[in-house]
Amino acid sequence: MSTEPYIVLSAILFTIGCVGVLTRRNAIVVFMCVELMLNASNLALVTFAKANGNLEGQVGAFFVMVVAAAEVVVGLAIIMTIFRTRRSASVDDASLLKY
Amino acid sequence: MSVLPMLAPLAAEGAEHVPVVDPSSADGVFTLMWVVIALPLAGAAILLLGGRLTDAWGHLLGCLTVVGSFAISLAMFVSLIGRADDDRQVSQHLYDWISVGGFKVGADLLYDPLSALFLLLITGVGGLIHIYSIGYMAHDERRRRFFGYLNLFVAAMLVLVLAENYLLLFLGWEGVGLASYLLIGFWQYKPSAAAAAKKAFVINRVGDMGMSLAIMLIFVTFGTISFTGVSEAAGGAKESTLTAIGLLLLLGACGKSAQVPLQAWLLDAMEGPTPVSALIHAATMVTAGVYLIVRSNFIFDRAPDAQTAVIAVAVVTLLWGAIIGTSKDDIKKVLAGSTMSQIGYMMLGAGLGIAGYAFAIFHLLNHGFFKANMFLGAGSVMHAMDDDVDMRHYGALSKMLPITFLTFLMGYLAIIGFPGFSGFWSKDKIIETAFVDSVWIGILATIGAGITGFYMTRLMLMTFFTQKRWEEHVHPHESPKVMTFPLIVLAALSVLGGIMLLNDWIVDFLAPVVGTPVHHETEVPPIVITLIILAVVAAGVATAWFTIGRSEVPRVAPTQVSVFTRAARNDLYGDAINDTLVVRPGTHVVHGLTTFDKSVVDGAVMGQASATGGLAQVFRRWQNGFVRSYALSLLGGAILVVLALLVVNLG
Amino acid sequence: MIDFPWLTTLIVVPLVGAVVTAFLPSRPGAALPKQLALLFTTLTLAAAVGTATQYDTGAGMQLTETHTWIEAFGASYAVGVDGIALTLVLLTSLLVPLVVLASWNDADTRNTKAFFALMLALEGLALAVFLAQDVLLFYVVFEATLIPAYFLIGGFGGENRARAAVKFLLYMLAGGLIMLASVVGLYALSASQGEPSYLISNLAQLDIGTVEGRWLFLGFFIAFAIKAPMFPVHTWLPDTTAAATPGTSVLLICVLDKIGTYGMLRFCLGLFPEASDWATPVVVVMALISIVYGALLAIGQDNMLRLIGLTSLSHFGFIVLGIFVLNSQGLSGATLYMFNHGLSTAALFLIAGYLIHRRGTPLISAQGGVEKVAPVLAGTFLVAGLATLGLPGLSPFISEFLVLVGGFSHAWWVGAIAVSGIVLAAIYVLLMYQRTMTGPVQPGVETVVDLNRREVGAIAPILLAMVLVGFFPQPLLDVINPAIETTMTTVGVQDEPPTVPAGTQAEEDHQ
Repeated sequence: MSTEPYIVLSAILFTIGCVGVLTRRNAIVVFMCVELMLNASNLALVTFAKANGNLEGQVGAFFVMVVAAAEVVVGLAIIMTIFRTRRSASVDDASLLKY
Repeated sequence: MSVLPMLAPLAAEGAEHVPVVDPSSADGVFTLMWVVIALPLAGAAILLLGGRLTDAWGHLLGCLTVVGSFAISLAMFVSLIGRADDDRQVSQHLYDWISVGGFKVGADLLYDPLSALFLLLITGVGGLIHIYSIGYMAHDERRRRFFGYLNLFVAAMLVLVLAENYLLLFLGWEGVGLASYLLIGFWQYKPSAAAAAKKAFVINRVGDMGMSLAIMLIFVTFGTISFTGVSEAAGGAKESTLTAIGLLLLLGACGKSAQVPLQAWLLDAMEGPTPVSALIHAATMVTAGVYLIVRSNFIFDRAPDAQTAVIAVAVVTLLWGAIIGTSKDDIKKVLAGSTMSQIGYMMLGAGLGIAGYAFAIFHLLNHGFFKANMFLGAGSVMHAMDDDVDMRHYGALSKMLPITFLTFLMGYLAIIGFPGFSGFWSKDKIIETAFVDSVWIGILATIGAGITGFYMTRLMLMTFFTQKRWEEHVHPHESPKVMTFPLIVLAALSVLGGIMLLNDWIVDFLAPVVGTPVHHETEVPPIVITLIILAVVAAGVATAWFTIGRSEVPRVAPTQVSVFTRAARNDLYGDAINDTLVVRPGTHVVHGLTTFDKSVVDGAVMGQASATGGLAQVFRRWQNGFVRSYALSLLGGAILVVLALLVVNLG
Repeated sequence: MIDFPWLTTLIVVPLVGAVVTAFLPSRPGAALPKQLALLFTTLTLAAAVGTATQYDTGAGMQLTETHTWIEAFGASYAVGVDGIALTLVLLTSLLVPLVVLASWNDADTRNTKAFFALMLALEGLALAVFLAQDVLLFYVVFEATLIPAYFLIGGFGGENRARAAVKFLLYMLAGGLIMLASVVGLYALSASQGEPSYLISNLAQLDIGTVEGRWLFLGFFIAFAIKAPMFPVHTWLPDTTAAATPGTSVLLICVLDKIGTYGMLRFCLGLFPEASDWATPVVVVMALISIVYGALLAIGQDNMLRLIGLTSLSHFGFIVLGIFVLNSQGLSGATLYMFNHGLSTAALFLIAGYLIHRRGTPLISAQGGVEKVAPVLAGTFLVAGLATLGLPGLSPFISEFLVLVGGFSHAWWVGAIAVSGIVLAAIYVLLMYQRTMTGPVQPGVETVVDLNRREVGAIAPILLAMVLVGFFPQPLLDVINPAIETTMTTVGVQDEPPTVPAGTQAEEDHQ
């Protein structure tokens, strides 16, 4: 089995996510892009696990999923709170933590 | 017939022998040597620490300690006279003072003919002045403290003249400086007194710098600073070294003895109570410079250049002081100028070497008598005139203050060198010896004597004669007995001081310390010189008589005066010179350095702090709060790391 | 008791006192912390006197205690005392109780127990510094002294105290950091030549190369020069003295700063003799600049506390000069100078503090005529001032003159420049005295009351000690001299013989 298409797909997904994080203002979209990047790396991990014939990559992917799930909980909670107080989900508006 | 008796030269013709200090250990009455110092020292301690408890009897204790010291000094003197000529040096080792490596200094005392005479002068005249002060300071609420300071002074002065090494001498030297500081500033609430006290101390410190350096150079050269060691080894040192030591010692002597260029403090020092002026600034402390040079004869005799410098300083000062004396209206300042001038004569004698040492000391003793007498007399006059010191407010006091007048007259005749009086013998001897050395020095010294005649006559006339100028509410009265008694004793001594020259006694007596002079004939017979001096003095007296005695003395000093009078009134611009050369540049330097310290030195450090802060100001702008820009830099960082890894792994 | 741990007792007593005082119930102005502080400092003084009685002048380093501390580094808890250390221990233990007494009411409006606890802690740590015979131990307590010092300045001073405290701390930390590099360097050297050890006695045996030695020397020297302080790293000094309470200033200037000069003597000369000799010309010039510069700055000051601080700059110049001219007069003089400077400057600070406390301002221009209303205050101030200007008969003269002799023996121009310090000292002291104490009574001064018994009690022992040492310095010098001889042997220098020694010229002279 050739790993190359999977890796290419993973790279494309990661790039899309990365560009999304950098360019989009909506916090939800940014958040989804982060998820996209995480899953892109998951794909790469699983692919390498398959290629190497061991389970380490699979285990790594599980860890990432767990962390991502936890992150979703905390992240969404923060976004909710910000939205409630500021009536906006734009990440550029929430720039109080500076200097 | 020569007034200068023939002296049988002991040493070979021309080569004068410099004696070595080689004392024997103290025994008999000499074991009491330390008590002479301890008595007034204890007196000072009790009076200054005892507080108000001692107010009632403090002045009596103060007198008693000094009189006690005088008694011991007298006993030791008698005992010393009884010894053979070559056995007249006695030393007493008290304890080891400082000992570090080769630097060993003992608290050692040395009693020899020179110290003996000083001891008698200090405790004798000092005792009289103590007694006088009982009356003079009677109405001062701090009289006890005054006596405490006086006792402290006497103790320090005794240390100075009894010290066996330069450092102990320096202890006394600074001790008298301290006492002088305290006493000049005794009336501290007067800003002028406080300023004068500080000025005296600081100028003296400049001299002390020379003194300290001299001691260091002596130590580095000889490995010891005791008179015994140095006098023995001095012959082996290079002349240049000895000249340097001599010049440094001279600097010290200039400070203490108010010689040009360190003369400016003495006139201001008259801010102190009059007994202080008599004791410290006339009879004893200011002559310490002369003592120092005579004591260091083993150095100066081998350093002719240093001796020349001493003579130069002396001649300038004796004229300087005399000129100042001619135009002052403050009676004490006239006497102060006169003191400077007379010390100039002593320095001249000391600078003339073996031929002059004995005469310098002779004049010093006589001056101690007649100047103390006149200062106390001036104090008595001030006492009578409600502490007014301006002679223009005096006049015709001879009837009102008969005892003061008569005793003052004795002092006056002594200082101008009236034949037979003490000053005549001593000053005449110094000028005569100066003529042997150089005609020019002799002439200048003679001119000084003429000016002395002028200003002293002016003082006498303005105070005791001419018309009455005091105000109605002033009622001149003779001082109490406790004040006139010392005056009478000192007047008697002023008259009789010449006795010491009888049979050349003082010259022979001092010979073990300063050497036996080889007699040199002057080109003209000494009697001619004496007559010339007398004629010049008479001219001075006559000038004063015709300019002051014959005309009305204005109550207010005239302002339209010649350039010379103005210069003399301003102390020949001594203060102005100091101000321009030292004080003002010094102030600028201090201000400049203060600014420099704040802006440059501290600025450099604080600048670093500001620079760090400024840098932080720039960097913190990066924390702009935009999550996406943080993400971008995150990405940039990640890419950088990847690239670096690639470069490392592939390269 | 032969094996009684005298030195550990010395260190522990004040530290225990600090802990006990710190855990008292907090009440501003309470008397108990003060009494306890006085008790513990007096106990320390007793321990110091006990140590002195046990001390044998001829026996070099003694009463040593050595226990392994951190084996991996070769660090140990090692204390010992020689003549130099003993002098400073005596000074410290004498001054602190007097400072406690003089500062009795200084912290009444603030956290009283903390003030006295910090003083005790500072004393314990300072004693540890002087007694440490292990470089790492020295370094640790050296830095630890900064903690109480920082809080004493920052917590209890006057105007600008926070700023002054930070400035002080940053200066000290900068120096400490540089020293740390040298301390680590010493470890590396020691480890490379066998078992690592931080004991001074072992380090002195090390074979240190010229270049390494010089670098390590510089690390130590810079730290000590900042501490001492010397020109041009002195500017923390006047700011600190102006902001701290006078009592704190005494502890800082008269005790803590001695660590700087003590360190130069013990570490710079003891461990790096070659480098010390190499650095002598530069250090001597810096010392001379400090002498003149500090004195000139002092003349221009209007704040008494700044003025006294700056006089110390001048005095530390003398001490450093004495150390680096490398002859017995200079070295012994410098050691004695540390003691005497402690006395005279403490007296000046404390008495100035009394006056400032009464007048509420440290400005000289706001005083005048104090002598009239408070003669005892003025009299003691004058004695302290005269000591500072080096009047013979008071102890600082002895040491100053010895240093001058040492300087002159080193090179005549060194003595000649340094001696100008005595004139400048006369000017700054007497000018201050004239402007504060003499003249007509200024408005505001008439209410000044004279010293009370407690205040006189705190000053009198210092003045008495100055007079005693001024006339009988030899007992102290006998303690110092052997230690100095050891140091000179370590450095490998000897006194220059006189050019014309007395006792050899007699024959020549009599011809």
